[in-house]
Amino acid sequence: MARPKANAPRCILKFEDVSLQFDQPRPALDRVSFEIWSGETRIILGAAGSGKTVIMKIALGLLKPTSGRVSVMEQDVTHFDERQWYDVRSHIGVLFQEGGLFDSLTIEENVAYPLLNQARFMTAGKKPTLDSVRPDVQEALNFVELGNTLTKFPSELSGGMRRRVGIARGSVADPDLFLYDSPTAGLDPITANTIIALLIKDREMRNSTAAIITHRFQDGHLMANFRYNPEKDCLEKLAADSPIRERTKFMVMNEGRLVFEGSESALDASQDPYISKFSMNPARKAS
Amino acid sequence: MLDWLKSPFLTFQEFVLLAGRATVNAVRRPFYGQDLFLQMDTIGVGSLPITVLIGFFSGVIMALQMSRALSQYGATGQVGQITAITLVREMGPVLTALLIAGRNASGIASELGSMKVSEQIDAMRALGTDPVKKLVTPRLLAMCVTLPLLTIIADFVGIVGGYMVAVPLLRLTTGSQYWNNAWRSLEYNDIAQGLIKPLLFAFIIALVGCLYGMRTTGGTQGVGRATTQAVVVASVWIFIVTALVTRIFVNL
Repeated sequence: MARPKANAPRCILKFEDVSLQFDQPRPALDRVSFEIWSGETRIILGAAGSGKTVIMKIALGLLKPTSGRVSVMEQDVTHFDERQWYDVRSHIGVLFQEGGLFDSLTIEENVAYPLLNQARFMTAGKKPTLDSVRPDVQEALNFVELGNTLTKFPSELSGGMRRRVGIARGSVADPDLFLYDSPTAGLDPITANTIIALLIKDREMRNSTAAIITHRFQDGHLMANFRYNPEKDCLEKLAADSPIRERTKFMVMNEGRLVFEGSESALDASQDPYISKFSMNPARKAS
Repeated sequence: MLDWLKSPFLTFQEFVLLAGRATVNAVRRPFYGQDLFLQMDTIGVGSLPITVLIGFFSGVIMALQMSRALSQYGATGQVGQITAITLVREMGPVLTALLIAGRNASGIASELGSMKVSEQIDAMRALGTDPVKKLVTPRLLAMCVTLPLLTIIADFVGIVGGYMVAVPLLRLTTGSQYWNNAWRSLEYNDIAQGLIKPLLFAFIIALVGCLYGMRTTGGTQGVGRATTQAVVVASVWIFIVTALVTRIFVNL
């Protein structure tokens, strides 16, 4: 888990004029272009139905764009078929809105799932055994502070704990990109902050690349302004010139369109009434 | 009008595509052996008691009904022949398949439907595994192995049921005559159609259950709807296919 990645920057996810049209007159995604580079944290903000989750599903190949080009890890995946996608997806970690855990499997089996079922972990077509991957599973669960829940089932855990198991499952295979779909939705503020603290810890420990879909401006603010201190095992405020600030970028979606992309300070400075709803700027606070 | 016609054709197209993918996946790595044995246990071993019960009583009813008809012609000695032929050719395969459709097509559809509405199928795809390979192929293979075996058991137990009525209960014939007639009356043609039918029914039950489960929408209500549709569609197709196969074998 704590393996740092190579530092050579590379484009992990690239959208070029990507649109998606369902049966409705308004497109679900309207000519969206952005790039996420290695080591970057991208906060995707927007109201419900603005197209945030659609971006995640297109990045995972769960939805096909109507037009435009999508590249994952410098590979054009726009016209990949389902079989080609399985290999791409095995390099992407994902946390679904409700955790997306398999309710008939134990927590241990859930976290071990990517290691047991992805083709890249098989040798001569044979799956590893649960015993052989147990140390990795235990380490991933220890990371989210749920090391004693191996034999439990998802239904026995609280909402926040299920998200943490989802994070352990997503990160156990050491993905190149981690997509978090509303990791704090429906959680109380204390649990929500615990989840964001885990995301920050994961960023520092693995130097991971992440896209976080959220409607809470506090999530982005925490990601952009705090770092994990492994010695003290706590979060601390970043220095003003920390490179992490630069590597945390924000984008705001509105009705399928990308209406803002930039740093937190640029987001705070925006006077647009919709964009400022997702920022910490004084105008928003006053309203 | 066109939309009304389009829906069943699209469903059939999805069925054919799913059948193709599930079959091709059976010979493509990685193999999920543990899932296959789990499904064989659920479908095969789990359905054994009810199959034995239904098989036995279908033989009993067949012999009871035939006893009256045959006694009118003084041919009560033929009860073993009629019971065996009817069971092996038609009653055994169709009744077992309907039973398994009710028990397992519904089970498969509701299990996969619940997974679909709770994003577990999407999670499976997102985690780099093919849901068709992981969920559909083991169920299809398990059904193809266990349904013919269950049918053979139902046929045999049914003939035993017929024997219980014909020999100890109604004394229509002797035990040796009953078994002799039953055994001699069966031809390769009967055995062949009695085994081909359950294999085709296995495809229908497993794939209809999986198809309706995997395209479930609309939350828990949708799961209930998918389960009902799976059982109804599988049962209707069992009758259509048995009619077609019987038509082919009658001409052979």
